Amino acid sequence: MEFSSQLKEFIKKELVRYEVKRSAIIPCLFAVQKEQGWVSPEAITVLSKEMELPETWITEVTSFYTMFNRKPVGKYHVQVCCNISCSMAGGRELAAHLEKNLSAKAGEVSPDGRYTVSRVECLGACGTAPMMQVNDEYYENLTLESAEKLLREME
Amino acid sequence: METKILSEHYDKPEYRTLEGYKRLGGGYEPLAKCLKMDRQQIINDVKTAGVRGRGGAGFPAGVKWGFLPDNGETRYLLCNADEGEPGTFKDKVILEQAPHQMIEGMIIAAFAINSPKSYVYIRGEYAKAQKIVKAAIDEAYAAGLLGENILGSGFTHHMDIYSGAGAYICGEETAMISSLEGKKGQPKLKPPFPAVAGYLGKPTIVNNVETFSAVQIIMRDGVEAYRKYGTEKSAGTKLFSISGDVMKPGVYEVPLGYPLKDLIEQECGGLRPGRKLKAVIPGGSSAPVLNAEESYKVTMDYEALAEMGSMLGSGAIIIMDDSRCMVDLLEVTLHFYHHESCGQCTPCREGTGWIHKMVKSIYDGTGRLQDIDLIDRVANQMRGRTICALADAASFPAISFVKKFRDEFEFYVREGRSKVTGVRVEGEAHA
Ligand SMILES: Cc1cc2nc3c(=O)[nH]c(=O)nc-3n(C[C@H](O)[C@H](O)[C@H](O)COP(=O)(O)O)c2cc1C
Ligand code: SF4
Ligand code: FES
Repeated sequence: MEFSSQLKEFIKKELVRYEVKRSAIIPCLFAVQKEQGWVSPEAITVLSKEMELPETWITEVTSFYTMFNRKPVGKYHVQVCCNISCSMAGGRELAAHLEKNLSAKAGEVSPDGRYTVSRVECLGACGTAPMMQVNDEYYENLTLESAEKLLREME
Repeated sequence: METKILSEHYDKPEYRTLEGYKRLGGGYEPLAKCLKMDRQQIINDVKTAGVRGRGGAGFPAGVKWGFLPDNGETRYLLCNADEGEPGTFKDKVILEQAPHQMIEGMIIAAFAINSPKSYVYIRGEYAKAQKIVKAAIDEAYAAGLLGENILGSGFTHHMDIYSGAGAYICGEETAMISSLEGKKGQPKLKPPFPAVAGYLGKPTIVNNVETFSAVQIIMRDGVEAYRKYGTEKSAGTKLFSISGDVMKPGVYEVPLGYPLKDLIEQECGGLRPGRKLKAVIPGGSSAPVLNAEESYKVTMDYEALAEMGSMLGSGAIIIMDDSRCMVDLLEVTLHFYHHESCGQCTPCREGTGWIHKMVKSIYDGTGRLQDIDLIDRVANQMRGRTICALADAASFPAISFVKKFRDEFEFYVREGRSKVTGVRVEGEAHA
């Protein structure tokens, strides 16, 4: 596996951005995930070489933080909040509806490769519940229909 | 009525830009003034103003700044924008609508404590806020408000952002510091407090986003003007995030000491037609729940809520009407704490799992009556014996839900269904 030249460039810059090199691990993992869709064990090995940091440090961080996907995800990673305020507004029903109608079993990729539906904790949009995050974007005040439509129409 | 001191201009898109921030709110004039002041005077002003940490613990900001040892070591300043306490979404409003207010507060704080470097640690999911804050920092650099020799004062300060990556526990300050150092976000035993040994072992001050915004306001309007609002011990105004069963959820700014009843009925437009209030969580999901009677009596300040056996926390108010099943909502809440426990301390790791399992079994119709007391006992045993306050945070909802809504738990055990909704709640519980 080889990282793109932009990714290598990014890593080089991050390594000198903070007081210690180790702080660059999280931002670099985000960059790897952006390029490859997830963080594979192989990518960790390559990143460890690029950063000249122990592989165990990177593995440890990858598994601690929930935003790093340790399995491939669909083109649209649909994260439905099921914490208290969203649950009161139908967040769990929304997650179940999307899993069913998009054929994405909890945490797995739909057969067409488009969707992974995950249930997540409070995303800080409780006043506009129920809500979901799709890749980087927030979608709020959803209904079952509006959420499904939004997702189906994504290019 | 709302009292918009911090949030006066949050509804204007141009307030986000440096130009708009300066024009609408006289932005960065307080900084220019502070840079000519004696550092200790700024710290004293913040102390006298009495602003208490808006991140949850409510510790007086100026007092914390005074804890820095005078040993010549490099001091760091961190802004806690990890906002993860369920029900809380007010920091996002500041980050997205008023990034310069927070940044100016941070530069003032940095000058006051003589720190050359700060970070804004923003939760990973807030991608939009990260972009906006980064752009605002860039603007500040371009205008000479950050970097070398700020506004010709001789003071140099650098600021950067750092993204979290999905871990509630990183909102706890020592975990946040570990995370910023590129490690797992696990809390460390205090003392030493970050003010003595924090980021890279150096003296570090951590404050919440809203605390920094308040610092800007204090130095802009003066101590007396700031103290005009709020109560003797809970000074100033506060942003409340209100969600749940009200007509108009949202972020509202009112003076501390404001009646919760007014917030619900006036600012939030009351409950849905035909509904009655059942309960309120007044300070984020870790604050003990209040019943309707308590909720209608209490005022929103640190003291009144403590007297009522709860806390102001992050100012996240979750409203529940009489259609809500408390067994269901406790299950959701405890699932969260169990999921977020970092696992270092046995009472927390095991305790959160155990109390969640018991509530889940009640919810699934297999609970036993003795479990209800056991939930209370286990939750009580988790408290005060761990590295950080997450274990306590999990115990409070457990103890208070069971205590105040015991009849619902007992009914559920006996009948295998909810006393309120009559059925096991629609939609699956968490996997
Ligand atoms: C489990 C846990 C989670 C926390 N989460 C946050 C948070 O998301 N944001 C925050 O500002 N403070 C949070 N805190 C409080 C911080 O540890 C710290 O007290 C605060 O950032 C200090 O700033 P302040 O004094 O201005 O409030 C949390 C504390 C604990 C124990
Ligand atoms: S109390 Fe819980 S979250 Fe806090 S350090 Fe211990 S195990 Fe981790
Ligand atoms: S509870 Fe869903 S965003 Fe906060």
